Amino acid sequence: MDRGLNNSRDDFPILDQQVNDEPLVYLDNAATTQKPMQVLNAIMHYYETDNANVHRGVHTLAERATESYEAARDKVAEFINAASRKSIIYTRSTTESLNWIAASFGNQVVREGDEIVISQLEHHSNIVPWQQVAQKQHAVLKYIDLTPDGQLDMDSARKQITDKTKIVSIAHAANVVGVVNPIKQLARLAHQHGAYMIADGAQAAPHMKVDVQDLDVDFYAFSGHKLLAPTGIGVLYGKEELLNAMAPAQFGGEMIDFVHHQTASWKQLPWKFEAGTPNISGAIALGSAIDYLNQLGMANIQAYEHELVAATLPRLLKIEGLTVYGPHDPNQHTGVIAFNLDGLHPHDLATGLDMEGIAVRAGHHCAQPLMTYLNVNATARASFYFYNTFEDADRLVSGIQAVKEFFADGIS
Amino acid sequence: MGLAKLNQLYREVILDHAQNPRHHGDLTKASGTLTLRNPTCGDVINVSVLIRDNQIADVTFSGTGCTISQASASLMTTVLIHQPVDQARQLILAFSHLITGQPISEQLEEQLGDAVLVGSVAEFPTRIKCAALAWHALDNLLAQKGVGNHD
Repeated sequence: MDRGLNNSRDDFPILDQQVNDEPLVYLDNAATTQKPMQVLNAIMHYYETDNANVHRGVHTLAERATESYEAARDKVAEFINAASRKSIIYTRSTTESLNWIAASFGNQVVREGDEIVISQLEHHSNIVPWQQVAQKQHAVLKYIDLTPDGQLDMDSARKQITDKTKIVSIAHAANVVGVVNPIKQLARLAHQHGAYMIADGAQAAPHMKVDVQDLDVDFYAFSGHKLLAPTGIGVLYGKEELLNAMAPAQFGGEMIDFVHHQTASWKQLPWKFEAGTPNISGAIALGSAIDYLNQLGMANIQAYEHELVAATLPRLLKIEGLTVYGPHDPNQHTGVIAFNLDGLHPHDLATGLDMEGIAVRAGHHCAQPLMTYLNVNATARASFYFYNTFEDADRLVSGIQAVKEFFADGIS
Repeated sequence: MGLAKLNQLYREVILDHAQNPRHHGDLTKASGTLTLRNPTCGDVINVSVLIRDNQIADVTFSGTGCTISQASASLMTTVLIHQPVDQARQLILAFSHLITGQPISEQLEEQLGDAVLVGSVAEFPTRIKCAALAWHALDNLLAQKGVGNHD
């Protein structure tokens, strides 16, 4: 029986349930992924045996908690091939990582008349923080356009990135149009113009091997919950020299070296950014999630998801009245597939699919500038992960057909 | 269960109102106009109302949205046009009870007419916002002090 990559589906008890009297097909992985028993057990184990605050106290539990928390940081560093563990800062989420980069580093380097370059396919969390910097510094926020099939237009990139550009911040993988952006090329282009390169890895890190040194990005952000870990833990990667020059975004306990009455000094990297008691169990669970992903192998995950896309996309394109956004070539498309049925609002489509036990997202996907660019109000979106099966893909295709027929009959 | 349950939500009357919305457009002469957004999908609804002698003389809506939001807005206009403002606000309150699964009196149900059919959205919690949007907009307009009588 088809149980996902390496029968991994068996590790995810949540997937084994009925929704609206139908077996659940979970296709909202771009929003958040489910958690395997191994990760849930890591959280349980931490609270059952090791719970204590980190980096303080001399007792044994505090030592164990600190050791696990820091061991997870090493796993993260290895996962994205960071040169040093000092480059790995725990945050709450991709959104928090990008906000810290923008509010702290962005405001340090961007001056009046400078340019910040993003693209038309960004998530709000890689748009709004840069709007804030641009407004505060009287800088210009520019957008790289897309090609007609929804890919980042490199000609437009070469036009938008100039010697005035200080920051280029682009999604590594898109959360609506399902493309992987050429971050390495963009980083080279940005650096040629003396700009810093930031990649939003929220939709990439869960699905492919990321090598921040090879990409030569200055900063990289991703979330734990989109790669099997719980919500509330994220990662900010930065080149060591840049993080050293960057001011902390938050202040308080844990991050200080010494506090005088009027001034204070900070701890070394990476702790200078981690003010307050951190999400210890979240970080440990993130480490466990990375262990799980490594066991499957990121290359295997990417290849398997590609097979799912290749089995799904051509059949979706054959449904009359269905529009798929982004490239139509499965070789160019990630496991994130956004679509609309003619004459039917995506909310109606998603409610119909939900009645068949199929969970998809419907809405603007926190990408309203992209919706405006594509001239739609909203779309439906199905997104795969390695525990999805070819049967899930079949159910999606037949589910959409059934909803289409329901509304065609209902309306006529 | 499949799609059978969908029939409860997408009744013929609802599909008809979504396809052929009543009082659709903008009033040239309005006592007040309000735009509300559904933040989950980016849908926008504009409601315009004309009040005369403390009565809703005319009400229209425009904008984009799903079947439920469009049908609900259309049904609202048919139910509330020519109603006294106080009565209209009572019916809006009754409607909001209905779509959140709270019981309402038979008398109110009768007055809400076909809009009662939208009440089945209570069984589809993620869609309640879609049904409520236009009614919230009109209620806000009726509650505004600036919306006076136009004679």
